[in-house]
Amino acid sequence: MSETNLTAAQAPVVASGRSEPTIGLWGWVILAVAFAYAGYAMRWDWLLDWYPQLIRGLGTTMLLLATTVFLGMLLAIPIGLVQVFGPRWLSIPARAFCTVIRGTPLLLQLWLLYYGLGSLFPQFPAIRDSFLWPYLRQAWPYAVLSLTLSYAAYEGEVFRGAFAGVPKGQLEAARSFGMSPWHSFRRIWFPQAFHRALPTLAGETILQLKATPLVATITVMDIYSVAAQVRQQTYLTYEPLLVISVVYIIVAMGLLKLFATLTNTRYMRAPN
Amino acid sequence: MTTIPDFLGVELDLFLTQGWGWALLVGLYRSLLIAAGAFVLGLVIGTLGSFGKLYGNRFARQSLELYTTIVRSLPELILILVVYFVGTDMLNKTLDLVGYPPVDVNGAAAGIFVLGIVIGAYATEVIRGAILAVPSGQIEAARAFGMSPALVLRRITLPAMLPNAIPGLSNLWLIAMKNTALLAVLGFGELTQVTRQAAGATKSYFTFFLAAACLYLLATLISNLLTRRLEAWSRRGMA
Repeated sequence: MSETNLTAAQAPVVASGRSEPTIGLWGWVILAVAFAYAGYAMRWDWLLDWYPQLIRGLGTTMLLLATTVFLGMLLAIPIGLVQVFGPRWLSIPARAFCTVIRGTPLLLQLWLLYYGLGSLFPQFPAIRDSFLWPYLRQAWPYAVLSLTLSYAAYEGEVFRGAFAGVPKGQLEAARSFGMSPWHSFRRIWFPQAFHRALPTLAGETILQLKATPLVATITVMDIYSVAAQVRQQTYLTYEPLLVISVVYIIVAMGLLKLFATLTNTRYMRAPN
Repeated sequence: MTTIPDFLGVELDLFLTQGWGWALLVGLYRSLLIAAGAFVLGLVIGTLGSFGKLYGNRFARQSLELYTTIVRSLPELILILVVYFVGTDMLNKTLDLVGYPPVDVNGAAAGIFVLGIVIGAYATEVIRGAILAVPSGQIEAARAFGMSPALVLRRITLPAMLPNAIPGLSNLWLIAMKNTALLAVLGFGELTQVTRQAAGATKSYFTFFLAAACLYLLATLISNLLTRRLEAWSRRGMA
């Protein structure tokens, strides 16, 4: 099925168990030559003026990533769950939500929310007079909302598979021990499903990191938008993009490391 | 100008008499064209790349690994900008060397090139995995029959890896289609960019972005239907 594989094909540098090819000596030589060329032929003096803003932008990016991954997870668990055992009136909307979000570009969703909703809201006096209005006039709530929804849809699909993949016997055994539905969900179903979903979580989170620069198009000041500013003000095309590329790669590797340690903690390790 | 009344709150007038509906469809057509071109280019890069990774020498393997790792860990938006700038820069420098004036790159061609490089990295991994999943006994049997490596590839490896590769490649097609939206940031006239123009001109932001979302969704759903058929066809005769 093409739908269930979406995350697998997109999943970036996550090891798949086989011995993966490595970058090796030649790869490092190429990288070293590229860096030597960049250091020699490009201008780096702008970094002195701009590094505080770059760091602040990185902070925004990371905050956005952490917030939307957390909120998205909270949404994804019920979305996955109701698709497996929920009643029709819950499972069909959940399924439709996943299909719609995954079938349209994130940039379009972001613009639909920011420009679309943003242009509708002022027409309603009730919204304009509410305490939320000062926030709704800014860009970041729309960025958080659309990134959260996107993460929830992709991860909801993963959780659907993870919940469905827990063997029936486990749940039947829990019931025969006299566990209440909530108890067996908390002790049996959810931990096993979460364990199944964890490997894809790393890949999805890196995809989310790679989606964050889109918020620069709606004036959120993340690290990418700082680089765009540098480009406009110094007329340097490659240097700022190169710097933030290195930053993104380092953050992605850090996330992989984080998820690898998380997967290896005692609670998360596979049973037996 | 005749005005058509709204239908279910949708300002049909904007789409039908003011010509924006047609503009959106043209945008969709351009998006699909760029996506198709990028996908084909990505397939070519992916096939060559996976062969290089599997059968190449150490230099080819490691430089390809560098390519796929970097492309897959960078945001597409940044990649598209970098590849676009580097590509046009290099093209104009080469033209300068041969004594031609610099050219303005055609939007669709640049989009195909830029997205093709991105899709190629993912396709390399998909095809490499699919080839690795072909049982080695089949390839050994072919070799035992005295087939040359090229014949083994054509008769055994490529047809046998196809069912393994199709799910991944159909996802890549969906990704290619959705990634064309990013070209709007560069100002190419594909669906998302046309939508932004239409919304800006008419101030009906919500209507137009919703309409574009419907078009993308329709394209995705039709693609899903077709790839499901294709997958069934490629698995014919298999358990």
